[in-house]
Amino acid sequence: MATPTTTGAPYDATPVATPAPFDPAAERGLLVVLPHPDDETFSSGGTMARCADAGVPVTYLCGTYGDMGRRMGRPAFANRESLRDIRERELTEACAVLGAEARMLGLRDKCVEFEDPVEIAERVRAVIEELDPSTVIAFYPGFAVHADHDALGLIAQLAVRSLPAGRRPRLLAVAVGDQEANRAALGEPDVLSDISGTVDRKIEALRAHRSQTEAMFVKWDEDIEDEQGKAFRDRLLGGEKFYLLDPHHVTDYERNRP
Amino acid sequence: MHPIDRDAVQAELDRRRDQPVYLHLETTTGSYTALGPEKKPPVIAFVRNAQVTYARGVVTGPGPYRVGLKLQDGWVYADGLTDFVVSERDELLLAGHDPDGHLTVALQLSMRPFREA
Ligand SMILES: [Zn+2]
Repeated sequence: MATPTTTGAPYDATPVATPAPFDPAAERGLLVVLPHPDDETFSSGGTMARCADAGVPVTYLCGTYGDMGRRMGRPAFANRESLRDIRERELTEACAVLGAEARMLGLRDKCVEFEDPVEIAERVRAVIEELDPSTVIAFYPGFAVHADHDALGLIAQLAVRSLPAGRRPRLLAVAVGDQEANRAALGEPDVLSDISGTVDRKIEALRAHRSQTEAMFVKWDEDIEDEQGKAFRDRLLGGEKFYLLDPHHVTDYERNRP
Repeated sequence: MHPIDRDAVQAELDRRRDQPVYLHLETTTGSYTALGPEKKPPVIAFVRNAQVTYARGVVTGPGPYRVGLKLQDGWVYADGLTDFVVSERDELLLAGHDPDGHLTVALQLSMRPFREA
């Protein structure tokens, strides 16, 4: 997690007291670019389903197969070698629930930050050019806890940046982890998506990612979560929040990359 | 995977001895430890598809188990192993799991390279 600073300025530097609502009717297409099968559901599953309901094409460009994850189901039913195919099937099922098409970049889990970001960004740009989405959702570089999240967040930002001005989709960035620290560094999120109408499908998609979420659902179903777990659940099932990220804004993460 | 049967694992180690084999060795705390109550940074390491040849490979311990492979110029070592399986691709997969079923350590041997993404 990056040290909170004030340099992560939102797209519009004017402080916004109330975030703007996410309006699927205003969208032409939604492209979600995140590294792991399940990132899409956790971060924006409700918003993806809202877009699909409104007839907006939704695509999930998934960076890796999550093949290096340590969650194997509870009780464990996957192993290091079977996890790749299991997670690919889980993703297919979750995307069917959310009304999205899944595409894979095929990178090695945990190794995204060691790839050449410009090379991967060109592949992401090609997908943006093909699908011409009005909005791209990615992780906020430096505010996404997992090294793959930060790395693919920057790659998505570079991809949008590399497009000619009139062809750039809006970039909505997801910050995860310590909400207080994120708010201190980035301010209030700019966009809030009300997912009350699609939260059931978000939960169904979470359950589809069985190998990754079974342990969590055991605790939910038996209502034996700790304080932190409860707060996480509330956040997960509440509105989905996004920062407008200027494609040209150079984050601390980008400045400090090798 | 099944709980480790030492005799069965020993036989699988012996079967792969004295020839170049592909190794996957890994240990992981998971990437999200910083979000836990102790805010610890993650500790993760893996080697995938390094080739090794061992003259002697032994599984030991009362469970969790340890495996040591004696190479010509060094060693491969893992502790905390609880489960094993021989995959459809004839890979010997050994792993340790915590009470939540999360993988904590893995030591895997295969005559062919392990699949890449
Ligand atoms: Zn992830």
